[in-house]
Amino acid sequence: MSETARKRKNSSPVHNLRLTLQISILTAAAIFAVFPIIWVVSAALNPAQSMVTQSIIPPLPEVRVVYANAPGTLLQIASPNGTRVERSAELVLLVEVDGDEKELRAIKNGYVENIRLSVGDSFAEGDALYDISSSYFINFDTLLNTPRKPYLRWLVNSCIIASISAVIIVMITALSAYSFSRFRFQGRRSLLVLILLVQVFPNLLALVAIYLMLQQIGNHIPFLGLNTAGGLILVYIGGGMGINIWLMKGFFDSVPRDIDESALVDGASHWQVYWHLIFPLVRPVLVVVGILSFVGTYNEFVLARVMLRDKDTWTLMVGLWQYISANFAQDWGVFAAGAIIGALPSLAIYLMLQDQIVGGLTQGAVKG
Amino acid sequence: MSLQAASDNPNRRSLGGSDLLRLFVTYFMLAVVDAFAVYLIYVFAVDGVIELAITVAVVTIGANIINLRQGLYPLRWIAPALSLMVLMVVYPIVYTVYVSFTNYGDGNLLTKQQVIRILSQETYLPEGGEVYAWTIYANAAGDYALWLTDRDAGDRYYFATLGGFAAVDAVAPGAELPAEYQGYRLLDRRKALQAAVAAEDLVFGGDEIQIGIAGRREAGEFEQRLVYQPEEDAILDRQTDSLYHAEYNYGTDETTGEPYKTGQFINDAGETLRTGFIAGIGTKNFVSFIENDQIRGPLIRIFLWTIGFSFASVVSTFALGLFFALIMQDERIPMLLRKFFRTVLIIPWAIPGLISVAVWRGMLNENLGVISNIIRAFGLEPPPFFIDPGWAKMGILLINLWLGYPYFMLVCSGALAAIPSDMYEAAEVDGANWWRKFRDLTLPMLLVAVGPLLIASFTFNFNNFTIIEAYDEGGPPMRESGNLPAGHTDILISYAFRLAFGAGRGADYGLASAITIVIFVMVAAVTLLQYRFTSGWEETSENV
Repeated sequence: MSETARKRKNSSPVHNLRLTLQISILTAAAIFAVFPIIWVVSAALNPAQSMVTQSIIPPLPEVRVVYANAPGTLLQIASPNGTRVERSAELVLLVEVDGDEKELRAIKNGYVENIRLSVGDSFAEGDALYDISSSYFINFDTLLNTPRKPYLRWLVNSCIIASISAVIIVMITALSAYSFSRFRFQGRRSLLVLILLVQVFPNLLALVAIYLMLQQIGNHIPFLGLNTAGGLILVYIGGGMGINIWLMKGFFDSVPRDIDESALVDGASHWQVYWHLIFPLVRPVLVVVGILSFVGTYNEFVLARVMLRDKDTWTLMVGLWQYISANFAQDWGVFAAGAIIGALPSLAIYLMLQDQIVGGLTQGAVKG
Repeated sequence: MSLQAASDNPNRRSLGGSDLLRLFVTYFMLAVVDAFAVYLIYVFAVDGVIELAITVAVVTIGANIINLRQGLYPLRWIAPALSLMVLMVVYPIVYTVYVSFTNYGDGNLLTKQQVIRILSQETYLPEGGEVYAWTIYANAAGDYALWLTDRDAGDRYYFATLGGFAAVDAVAPGAELPAEYQGYRLLDRRKALQAAVAAEDLVFGGDEIQIGIAGRREAGEFEQRLVYQPEEDAILDRQTDSLYHAEYNYGTDETTGEPYKTGQFINDAGETLRTGFIAGIGTKNFVSFIENDQIRGPLIRIFLWTIGFSFASVVSTFALGLFFALIMQDERIPMLLRKFFRTVLIIPWAIPGLISVAVWRGMLNENLGVISNIIRAFGLEPPPFFIDPGWAKMGILLINLWLGYPYFMLVCSGALAAIPSDMYEAAEVDGANWWRKFRDLTLPMLLVAVGPLLIASFTFNFNNFTIIEAYDEGGPPMRESGNLPAGHTDILISYAFRLAFGAGRGADYGLASAITIVIFVMVAAVTLLQYRFTSGWEETSENV
């Protein structure tokens, strides 16, 4: 587009209109993109625990006890310091919610600011029931403090499994990629195609074989068996070879060969060339591939669900899946809180590295 | 051989100290790996998992050849990846192919040898066998023992614990029973009654002789009930004197869809022993795609939906992504604004798929979901996203559009930027309008670049298990699928997964594996096509 043409276009009212239209479309698209996220954040902050959210920012009810009937006694309190009410059977409270009178039964998640609840306590008129300052985070609190569902444990498991897998995948595939990129040997092409083909086998359905194999291995090498992080890492590494070899080979190919050829002529070994010349050059790419492997492993849940039986060994996605399958509507707020924390690592990675990732993608596309 | 290979020649390098050390380290590590592999092969062979032992052996031998033969130097770099792939990818594929030709599944989980071994442990008390009178003893740990009196042999005494059986020589035949014997004490009447109830199902005695309580006064010698007869390939039930033949292929009823009674021990009356075994049933799983009504109907619909779903997903995500990319390409939008929109628009791509689908599932919920509420606010009835098959499919496509457009937006942005702008100028000089420019210039140029990624996206969606499973686990259910669980939104891979691991009818790994093979063949064909498509890709790299 020439300078004059652009100037002419910029001044034209028709094109100003077009610009406005374009920005409106993009704004609509942005709303489409973030709407579910806004909504899930709103659900996570909604202390009402319900799926019904009338407004984006949930109103915090100011609840005051107006009348507590005689058997309004607590039977069970979850936390030892007595501030958290998990189950309060027979607790019937007539409360004032934003001016309206309401009867509350068996409050599921309640905080009491001023009074410390203990078994046998009853309520007095005018007692504040919810701790306003912390109740926006009630769902997060429930999420992190439910021993039956050790969310933090799952998060840690996921991070450990994904990091170890990513590091090993990058180390091993970088070696292979160097070979495929730098050596010319018989059967090289066939091997590459074979790797590509083998990789498209849906390993989801090789599950039976993988499951039985891990079971057998676990009989003799306990830390690589079923129900262990080691076994799952083994599965992820094995499955992560093919596609990453291809990806890395592409990056290695883009490093000019003159560099290593002159070094080889000077008597350097291939290992020296790889370690001192090529590796520093491709390191940024390796980091990106490693991070993408991390995210891929972190997000995987089917294999993890089948291989990990004990709640303590679960990964985050397996744990979150439990929230989805059972009582989805009831646990909605807690699930939303878990989803937000669970999505943060990969969201942060993508947004921080978007230029590199986009660069890698478009490079591949343009090259094609 | 090229110049590259020549430089691998070890003679070019002098064997310095560090080389020797490296050589030593290489051999040492190889020896350690070999020793470990031999151990694994041994224990797997002892466990009877021959296929796994062979796989480990193949991997080990391959690794050794690669590391010891100088000519295979380039493969040394690939050896770790290859070993892992053979073990974790190739072996499972071969195993799946094998399973697809068997009846492996619930009821047929063990090999014939294992089944025979298990069935051989079943015992019975034969009529007219050796009979004893019994008295119960117990020790401090609460273990029971039987004091046995052989009436026919002049009240000779025997003592049977839970692990042993021996004649009693210390007490003369017919003498009074001792209050304590080998740490076991004679129980009083009341305790003895309780103990008798508890010991009713116990098997006393050692390896050679097994004693059980047969009645209030009698104990008898157990005998092996089911005996395998190799010459007839059958199991004889000695209690009923009935012969159960090993059936590999029995009762193929295609019209009612009854499961084949393959891999069972079956007698003339058609009764089977409770444990079946894994049997090769040839191509029966594959044939059942066509012949079994309960499979054929759903399978055709699932197949069509798989194709439709993948195709619609690719087209819709590509179209929307391209649309956004085209808009954002306009340089008159301020740079900062473009950057902002790009960041916001790729968010769906950055969120774990499972979480996104679950959130959407909540939003589409008919009763409580926010989208349903918005629709209701306009006075309309919200669509039944989880009840009506058509709407369920719409819901899935909508979610997949949301998940997938950022990828194509990014890819298209890159590809659009690579189209030389002078081509547009030339087109403008020729008086082409925007539609002509798009149709005749942008789209063809773009498709060349993005084509392979479209195919890759197709194969990805073909096996996009996560979205189907997380949306509604394939639901709503297909009624005509009978006892084979199939849903209207199931794609091939989720259907196969349900057959293999789903609740309800019980696992049918054989059938699931057969479907897997079909999926694999199709996806592999598409991938090869893509590889052909992109052969230029490899050639460019060859020239670098």
